Amino acid sequence: MRLLTLFLLTYSSVWAQVPFARIVSADKEPGNWLTYSRNLAGHRYSPLAEINTQNVARLKVKWAYQFPEPRAEVSPIVVDGIAYITGPNSAAALDGRTGRTFWTWNRALPPDYRSIGFGHTSRGPAVLEDKLYVATLDGFLVALDLKSGAERWSSKVLDYKQGYSMTMAPLAIDGKVVVGVSGGEAGIRGFVDAYDAKTGKQAWRFWTIPGPGQAGHDTWAGDSWKTGGAPTWVTGAYDPELKLVYWGVGNPGPDWNGDARQGDNLYSCSLVALDADSGKLRWYFQFTPHDTHDWDATHVPVLFDSEVRGVKRKLVAVANRNAFYYVLDRVTGEFLAGRPYAKQTWARGLDATGRPILASQAEPTKEGTLVWPNANGATVWFSPSFSPQTGYFYVAAREIGATYFKRDTPYKPGTEFMGGGENELPMDDAWGAIRALQAETGEMRWEFKLHSPPWAGVMSTAGGLVFSGSDEGNFYALDGRTGKALWDFQTGGAIAANPVSFTVDGHQCIAIAADRVLYAFGL
Amino acid sequence: MRVLVLTSVSSILLFSAAAGANAAPAADAAAGKIIFEEHCALCHGFDGGGGRGPDLRRPTLSRAADDEALKSLIEGGIPPEMPDGSLFSKEDIANLAAFVRSLGNVPQEKLPGDAARGEALYRLSGCAGCHIHAGEGVGLGPDLTEIGAKRGPGRLRETLRSPAKTIPDGFLLVEAVTQAGETLRGIRLNEDSFTIQIKDMQSRIYSLRKSELRELKKLRNETPMPSYEGLLSAAEMEDLVAFLAAQRGQP
Repeated sequence: MRLLTLFLLTYSSVWAQVPFARIVSADKEPGNWLTYSRNLAGHRYSPLAEINTQNVARLKVKWAYQFPEPRAEVSPIVVDGIAYITGPNSAAALDGRTGRTFWTWNRALPPDYRSIGFGHTSRGPAVLEDKLYVATLDGFLVALDLKSGAERWSSKVLDYKQGYSMTMAPLAIDGKVVVGVSGGEAGIRGFVDAYDAKTGKQAWRFWTIPGPGQAGHDTWAGDSWKTGGAPTWVTGAYDPELKLVYWGVGNPGPDWNGDARQGDNLYSCSLVALDADSGKLRWYFQFTPHDTHDWDATHVPVLFDSEVRGVKRKLVAVANRNAFYYVLDRVTGEFLAGRPYAKQTWARGLDATGRPILASQAEPTKEGTLVWPNANGATVWFSPSFSPQTGYFYVAAREIGATYFKRDTPYKPGTEFMGGGENELPMDDAWGAIRALQAETGEMRWEFKLHSPPWAGVMSTAGGLVFSGSDEGNFYALDGRTGKALWDFQTGGAIAANPVSFTVDGHQCIAIAADRVLYAFGL
Repeated sequence: MRVLVLTSVSSILLFSAAAGANAAPAADAAAGKIIFEEHCALCHGFDGGGGRGPDLRRPTLSRAADDEALKSLIEGGIPPEMPDGSLFSKEDIANLAAFVRSLGNVPQEKLPGDAARGEALYRLSGCAGCHIHAGEGVGLGPDLTEIGAKRGPGRLRETLRSPAKTIPDGFLLVEAVTQAGETLRGIRLNEDSFTIQIKDMQSRIYSLRKSELRELKKLRNETPMPSYEGLLSAAEMEDLVAFLAAQRGQP
């Protein structure tokens, strides 16, 4: 029996290629997890229902895999029983049945490489056809042979000596691999890049800060555009019918001192919709004009279709680091709805176009200004989830304020360029929650309170469940309709990763990274 | 409030750095502060109080016992989490080290109290009923064996006067009411989103699931430790401070 299944596994790997059509039709193969958010629409929703509200209390550990490095943030890709993971400048293929490695891959990190403003981490790979795509800290997009881990090609995306890096999972679209960059604390000029999936040749680049002569350039005073940041460090979403790539853009730099960069600082803190063939900007929506609190708009955009004021529309929703939830028309970028989903003290609300109406006394100062949320925001890079079953947008929310300081900052390439800093409120003054928002409006339907502000993403399933993790190591399942806790497990390590679900031998597994360990659970 | 604290901390730092015989000149620590805010504060907090990185406001840093060790740590970093200081000049590193040292500097000032009399007061005042010192006593409050290396005399004085204002991390008093109506009061040993672990005043340890509690209160302004203001004279208080400040563990 076991032999037979093994044979099947081997057999299946012969044809286990992942043409783009398989990713587009992800729901036809509920047992696989073929792209960062499982579907291109950014839902992080599993159609599997074997594990459900009735039996989740019996969930048990099936296996554990130990990472070589601490604080793993990876969201695995799972193809036909094989889990593909990444770490800092590394990747591995794991047996979905045991967690044992089939192959591992490493690329040496140059000794002078420095991460500025984040840890040595990698949030996952992408898969397309017969290749696994990995973005490295030192700036290469590497294509590996899916079956052996051998390198097929590698393309230099950026120069880490200028403060650039890559931590996100690439996004594979039709024939191309899209990547974004980190470096918002180092005075980079951000961009989104696409590479030919077969050859590694650059297909296009979209600069997130317009150059001289381009529309939006005048939103940056003087030469500030050259070191204005606007990184793109979280995986985006894709609409294959509209052929639009949706990507979040991060904070302007220096983070906490906006004096030298008067203006709205486009396209920092924005969502951009890019033409998949050319990389040209179709539309943008800026959440936080002239940001001075490090509120990157680097979130997985969630694409869904629903009725707004009686009209069926193609929508995109974002729960932003600035504590507001936004719903936009994803064809045009038109603002449709927005409201706070967590405590915030920086805006009195949004106007009819979605632009914030600023509160007084929210700017960082020499003496310090207490503002909610803190610089890490009301949510950060970890994923939200959208369940077509409940129509809810689930978000891991952080309730924490900070005193923001402003300082002068000189620019030195490849070093910190932040113009101030923050002191977070003590942990017993902070807390967190998983919140279910009505996706069309952002109205809260329920919340489940957490001991501290979370760093873990959310996954919902057709079993009526919502999975997430806490900074104290709890991995848990909630009822997706009510928020009631149905199961929890102490992993022993802080969870700063996104859950995934897949099948092995026909049975549903749930996986989550917790510090140094990747756990797989099943019934 | 926060602003006030920051200002007073900085002025103490400058003062103590200038007062210490071997300390770097005040100007260096001030230059180090600017580098710290730009390069270190993102992880260690703007005031050195910690965040993703540890709290540096301690007289003794576990990974850097002296100035030389601290300078070489800044230079080499702690891979992969803490970046190295390869972009800094020797002078930058010395300034940065001076500032970091100043965050937890114990003034070299001579304390007015008498440590020997303080030791007798420690025994007479019942401190050992809640604290362990040199292996003796009850482990309800913090171990005081090396308290002089962890807290400056000013902080020790404040704790003796107003202990509720200086509750250290890991010693929050909580009150839990179980579904059965039983009330438990004690020190929170640990807590996550689903469970809490409590030690009561008799050192009994409880592991509780939050779903089985009717109520859970953080008693943030309370501590089992009494104020010694009024219980001890001003001179006795100084003697006790001198004794505690001298407790630095094994050399």
